[in-house]
Amino acid sequence: MTTPAITVTHLTRRFGDFVAVDDVSFDVQQGEIFGFLGANGAGKSTTIRMLCGLLRPTSGTATVGGVDVGRDPEAVKLRIGYMSQKFSLYEALTVDQNIRFFGGVYGLEGERFARRRAFALDMAGLVGREKSLTRELAGGWRQRLALGCAILHEPPIVFLDEPTGGVDPVSRRQFWRLIDHLSQQGTTVLVTTHYLDEAEHCHRIAVMNAGKLAALGTTRELKQVFEGRPIMEVQAPSAVVAMRALDAMPEVEKTSLFGTAVHAVLRSHQTTAERVTRQLLTAGVVATSVMPVEPSLEDVFLDLVERTSA
Amino acid sequence: MRKALAVGIKEFRQIRRDRRTLMILLFIPVFFLLLYGYALNFDIKHVKLAVEDRDLSPESRRLVSAFVNSGYFDQVASVTIEQEIVDLMDRDHIRAALIIPRGLGRDVRRGVPVSVEVIINGENANTATTVMGYASAVITTESARYQMAAPGSPAPFVQLEPRVWYNPDLRSSLFLVPGLLAYIGMITAVVSTALAVVREKERGTMEQVRMAPIGTLPFIVGKSLPYFVVSMTAAVGVVLASMVLFDLPVRGSWWLLLLAMGLYLFGALAMGLFISTVAESQQVAFQIALLSSFLPTMMLSGFIFPIASMPTVLQIVTYVVPARYFLVALRGVLLKGSGFLAVADSLAALMLFAVIVTSLATIRLRREWA
Repeated sequence: MTTPAITVTHLTRRFGDFVAVDDVSFDVQQGEIFGFLGANGAGKSTTIRMLCGLLRPTSGTATVGGVDVGRDPEAVKLRIGYMSQKFSLYEALTVDQNIRFFGGVYGLEGERFARRRAFALDMAGLVGREKSLTRELAGGWRQRLALGCAILHEPPIVFLDEPTGGVDPVSRRQFWRLIDHLSQQGTTVLVTTHYLDEAEHCHRIAVMNAGKLAALGTTRELKQVFEGRPIMEVQAPSAVVAMRALDAMPEVEKTSLFGTAVHAVLRSHQTTAERVTRQLLTAGVVATSVMPVEPSLEDVFLDLVERTSA
Repeated sequence: MRKALAVGIKEFRQIRRDRRTLMILLFIPVFFLLLYGYALNFDIKHVKLAVEDRDLSPESRRLVSAFVNSGYFDQVASVTIEQEIVDLMDRDHIRAALIIPRGLGRDVRRGVPVSVEVIINGENANTATTVMGYASAVITTESARYQMAAPGSPAPFVQLEPRVWYNPDLRSSLFLVPGLLAYIGMITAVVSTALAVVREKERGTMEQVRMAPIGTLPFIVGKSLPYFVVSMTAAVGVVLASMVLFDLPVRGSWWLLLLAMGLYLFGALAMGLFISTVAESQQVAFQIALLSSFLPTMMLSGFIFPIASMPTVLQIVTYVVPARYFLVALRGVLLKGSGFLAVADSLAALMLFAVIVTSLATIRLRREWA
């Protein structure tokens, strides 16, 4: 068993009376893609900023790449790459000038810089467009260039703070392919997102809610909260009316809206689809379809948020 | 230091690409120089003058020739009735008229005060003020002579309040250029530095840079160096342009001049950095810069309003306005040819300001980054 790339123990950060991150502990293994899931303001970014050495923890410790973040934030910066949702490139500079700037800031020189520059250009798919202004690039390219600039110095650990915000689905897919690739080469990736489909790419997921770690595990492990609580997907002409009827049934633990359908969490496997259909009819709701479904990450997320907020 | 260089090169490239900033840095100084120098205050010569001499005494003739010999006035008409002045003025044949009352010679000999009427075309208020100043200077000189000839006379020959101060030659550009330099320093250094740093905060690039292993010092140095170079260039450009356009003398040493400008800009850059650590948006930064640097430089430095005539409270405030010391040093070096010792006080004050503000900015930035 190798030592973890990131170890977080009882990490806490307060801003005045507000506890942004509340006693959070977890490990991230080397080469792992570790997803951070949570609503806005759940404490994801604050946690990442502490791990990057930008923000001092109020209490608790975090070790990143073998360095205690609270003690030596500068040393951490050599071992990590960071990219945020803002794609922090200089828009008035060309592709090449951006790479040169970040190369200079990271202290890359000579042959190593040339090699990494070629890598970044290739990765972003911008070979031949070195002289283009960054502000003229489409979102996907800009984002891949930002990633390239963030990992110019070949950091063993990469933090991505909502890296795919505002980017089209095709680019997002391409971006995730890059992340998979990094992970295969042994880079540890810690990524925050609120796209639940993206979370499926992660090896393990930590769900944060109101500053606390609400759950942690693989997608499959997380879905086990629905062990013994089957989910029934109900389609009806009026989802809202159907939802109200379902909520009135003693067999139903809770409901939530999924697009035009309603997901009803049942209290046991005893309750069949036919039974639900019948009950709905009694309540005057004609369901067009009622069938059991596998819990999705969204079900898990909503369930966790609801339970930890209560 | 290599990292500071990387930041510096990047900043230079950004400035070059950002037309608006470049305009502010390079063209506004020149624009202001031309505007203030030419359009508003350029010396007026050969003002066309009509004379109505009702006295026709040796004294009145002396006064007329004093006007003409000053070089500022050309006598283009002699009139006998006032209506003629109105006609000439209406048709723009003259811009000023001198009316000498009957009995001037006699009154002067007796030491009785007398007033001489000067009519000036007031269409251009600035020109009129200047012309009034010339007339006043001529009359005062003449008046003084009679007073000396007749000691014990109760009042001057003619009383006229001079309108332009600190510049007895009435060469307004000489007095203007130091002020402009101070003003330009504030625009380029404070505003562009403050905006440049805050822009990085706004766009999120600051966070990216903070994630990189680069300390506050290389970052600050790299960030301000380009602005220092550009604003120094602009300042030297203004001096050179003024030498060509307005015959600005550089009576002292160039080294001293550059030292004064360097210290002043150093302080201004530090001011900009300090503002950037306080402000979170470019608008706020601009407003703070306006209030803390722009306006004091214009109003409280002695550029436009003389410090000696301000209320005491404001006079005290001017002690923390760096432009105040800069102007003293500049006027000394440029116009009086002062040596190092003569301006050492002002230079020391500029240095002190720069060091204090830099320390404040660094402390704040460190705290923000930690």
